Amino acid sequence: MSKLGTLGARLHRGEIGYDFVGKRKIWYGISILITITAILGLTVRGLNMGIEFQGGAVFTTEKTSVSVSQAETYAQEASGHDAVVQKLGNGGLRIQIAGIDTDKSDKIKDELAKDLNVDSEKINADLVGPSWGEQIANKAWEGLAIFMVLVVIYLAIAFEWRMAVAALVALIHDITITVGIYALVGFEVTPGTVIGLLTILGYSLYDTVVVFDSLKEQTKDITKQTRYTYSEIADRSINGTLVRSINTTVVALLPVAGLLFIGGGVLGAGVLNDISLSLFVGLAAGAYSSIFIATPLVADLKEREPQMKALRKRVLAKRAQAAAKGEPLESEVTEVMLDDEPEDDGPMVVGPRNQPASRNRGRGRPSGKRR
Amino acid sequence: MAAPKKGRSASAQSRPGRSLAFILIAIAALTGGMFLSGHPTPRLGIDLAGGTSITLTAKNEPGQPNAINKTNMNTAVDIMNRRVNGLGVSEAEVQTQGSDNIIVNIPKGTNSKEAREQVGTTAKLYFRPVLATEVSGSAASASPSPGASSSSSSKATDKATDKATSSSSASPTSSATSQGRAVTDALKADSTPSASSSASSSASPSASSSASPSASSSASASAAATKLQAQYTALDCTDEAQRAKAGEGSKATDPTVACGKNSSGQWQKYVLGPAEVSGTDIKSAAAVFDTQSAAGWKVTMEFTSGGSKKFADITGKLAKNQSPQNQFAIVLDGDVVSDPFVQQALTGGSAEISGSFDQAEAQSLANMLKYGALPLEFKASSITTVTAALGGEQLHAGLIAGAIGLSLVIIYLVVYYRGLSVIAIASLLVSAVLTYVLMSLLGPTIGFALNLPAVCGAIVAIGITADSFIVFFERIRDEIREGRSLRPAVERAWPRARRTILVSDFVSFLAAAVLFIVTVGKVQGFAFTLGLTTVLDVVVVFFFTKPLMTLLARRKFYASGHKWSGLDPKALGAKPPLRRTRRPSAPVDPKEA
Repeated sequence: MSKLGTLGARLHRGEIGYDFVGKRKIWYGISILITITAILGLTVRGLNMGIEFQGGAVFTTEKTSVSVSQAETYAQEASGHDAVVQKLGNGGLRIQIAGIDTDKSDKIKDELAKDLNVDSEKINADLVGPSWGEQIANKAWEGLAIFMVLVVIYLAIAFEWRMAVAALVALIHDITITVGIYALVGFEVTPGTVIGLLTILGYSLYDTVVVFDSLKEQTKDITKQTRYTYSEIADRSINGTLVRSINTTVVALLPVAGLLFIGGGVLGAGVLNDISLSLFVGLAAGAYSSIFIATPLVADLKEREPQMKALRKRVLAKRAQAAAKGEPLESEVTEVMLDDEPEDDGPMVVGPRNQPASRNRGRGRPSGKRR
Repeated sequence: MAAPKKGRSASAQSRPGRSLAFILIAIAALTGGMFLSGHPTPRLGIDLAGGTSITLTAKNEPGQPNAINKTNMNTAVDIMNRRVNGLGVSEAEVQTQGSDNIIVNIPKGTNSKEAREQVGTTAKLYFRPVLATEVSGSAASASPSPGASSSSSSKATDKATDKATSSSSASPTSSATSQGRAVTDALKADSTPSASSSASSSASPSASSSASPSASSSASASAAATKLQAQYTALDCTDEAQRAKAGEGSKATDPTVACGKNSSGQWQKYVLGPAEVSGTDIKSAAAVFDTQSAAGWKVTMEFTSGGSKKFADITGKLAKNQSPQNQFAIVLDGDVVSDPFVQQALTGGSAEISGSFDQAEAQSLANMLKYGALPLEFKASSITTVTAALGGEQLHAGLIAGAIGLSLVIIYLVVYYRGLSVIAIASLLVSAVLTYVLMSLLGPTIGFALNLPAVCGAIVAIGITADSFIVFFERIRDEIREGRSLRPAVERAWPRARRTILVSDFVSFLAAAVLFIVTVGKVQGFAFTLGLTTVLDVVVVFFFTKPLMTLLARRKFYASGHKWSGLDPKALGAKPPLRRTRRPSAPVDPKEA
């Protein structure tokens, strides 16, 4: 605690900080690179849709002594696809394999008969349709579209349209990366995957909104001061919530990582891989994009506003003036700070968090609402 | 600052205690309810627990050789899916198999007979005018009157028929011969004026009186009528095989015979006119409990605008008739489920089916009417149990992995938040217990079934729940860093943390609400879980985390900033208390002065 606690304190006081907005181009670049990779993976490899979406073949056997997991292995070897095996009431097996047409199904049937040691005639092969039908998919798209529109309207009202746009960009960024990595890894897409993606969708927005809430609070009276530009305050805001972001991400990721790495990797619980992978990548991307993409994007958009341009001009003019006079100013302070904090990897930005504190000191009483 | 003395403000003191008591009582009550209801575990989805698999085979209907095609099968799958999965939380799966089979998998613990009826019922609904009716089978033959007439029907029925035909034919001979003759009359009256037009086909008594047996009706119509007459006479509704066959293959535009139970539980047979209003004219249906007449459960239907016009027309016409021709029969898949009298034209655009329904029957009928009739008829060709789609040992490994992940979360919280982690872990625990209890209770009430995606969703919900108090804790720590003592820090941190929590949870809830309303199937089920966990998050933070924090802030351990409390001002790097000289290591402050 002490280390992170002090780090939190220093972040809080603005003694240290990472220049998220200033270095945004690097992070934009990285994101664009990952996104392009994801899109490439998606177009080249495509998604491996499970039986629930595309249908496939179902084989029903007579009573057999072969265990379910063994049959699963046989079926996967025979077909090269993931298989779903269930034991039926009469002791037989029902084996479902995705993406199989009639020609292939005969071959697989013979192979299965050999593996399972039953008469090939007694295996009943049939084609099955998708259980996740078009209607479910269409309705899901419809719901998503309505949700997107509503959430943009909500964010535009609760915050402002620039933040709504940035949140949407971050959301698309997260979903693209998750889907792309899914395509690259080549796991079969199951309803679990889709549910995982929807969870990401909610989480990504949630996380962005938490960060934006602090940004909104800090930039409330921005035009009334001439010390900081919007970008600098945005930076302060991210740094101020950094500890919270780290903690939340760790707490959200740990159980999913447990499922993915310990469950899937060590204990061999492959069934959970599909959903935990999409959750893991999505949660990580969601936390990353709120900080590195969404907020810098808002700052970018905001700086284009005439008001903010004017503010920037005023701030820079004031600094130049002060520098000319040789007064101790941010830039110098920053240098001092950098000497003090060699591990600090960005120029330090002084934010308004200090204002109430010092004012308090002056008045001897906490100011109520500012900060 | 020293720890505030107790009892400084009585009202502020009692409030956190009250909230805590409230949520603890709520948890106790819900848990008690869960054990009382006899469902102490959530119902598991088919992927986790297995269930029953029903194979339905489409029946070829006479005269429609091409009816079993891909489009119709897919439509049937969609409709069945909506029927068994009304709220999207019951985790039933419906898919086609081969060219004419549909497999329905329902999770363990579902009433499979009920489910089979839900998916297998075609639900073709027609409103047909009653032309004649009588008690059929054993009830009728129980009171035979050998001398009265050659027919086997009871006196009561004769009387009813007489009444129906009294205005149509005053000739005593006609009523003496048999009731069948009267039916034939009615039928002819029905078909004579204009065989095809349903609007003008209602059998009014006056028309019937002019339409004597010798009237010039078309030969084919009379042949069909005679055939129907024969069917009607031969029909014995107490025989199940006959009942199933009654009216089979008849078109909606033709008169037909049908069976149904009357209010005293006897089988009644009917001759019915062509369908006037059909199931496609129904906009929505609902099961309601009739509190006024104590008639029990009934199904109310609302018609489309076209449907309500048709319904007003037919009821208007029927109201002028005499019994039994002022009755219309509501025919579901060939069975008469209700045969109400009409006193006046019903123009309200709604109708109701009352009968001896229990709640489940009424609800499933309403569901069927709401989602429409299947385009094909199906019969269940096999019913078998299936094991879980996910291997048991793999699932076990997954659970162990999840448990390891959760213990890592707890270790992290303890290491980072120390004393505060007590609040954090207690909050997580409360939220976990509430989620579990609610999911268990929702199993029997709305058919909620927990599947693997829902479990994973709940795991992500840990992150969202944790975030709420992480936001709160970090705010408190920021306030302490400003040099405040714990109690004011908590009270100042709360309003801001609260706003952040509400704003961000609202986005999650919006997603859940929109998806729940718009989508169907598993997506809807997911939306339900998301909405539930989001609401629980808010409830837990407001009624548990915050009050507990307020209470613990009064304890010396926390208030004095004990080293292990997680609130040690020194460890947090707090500024020296207000009004003291500044540390030299805060170089940014001089500028402000």
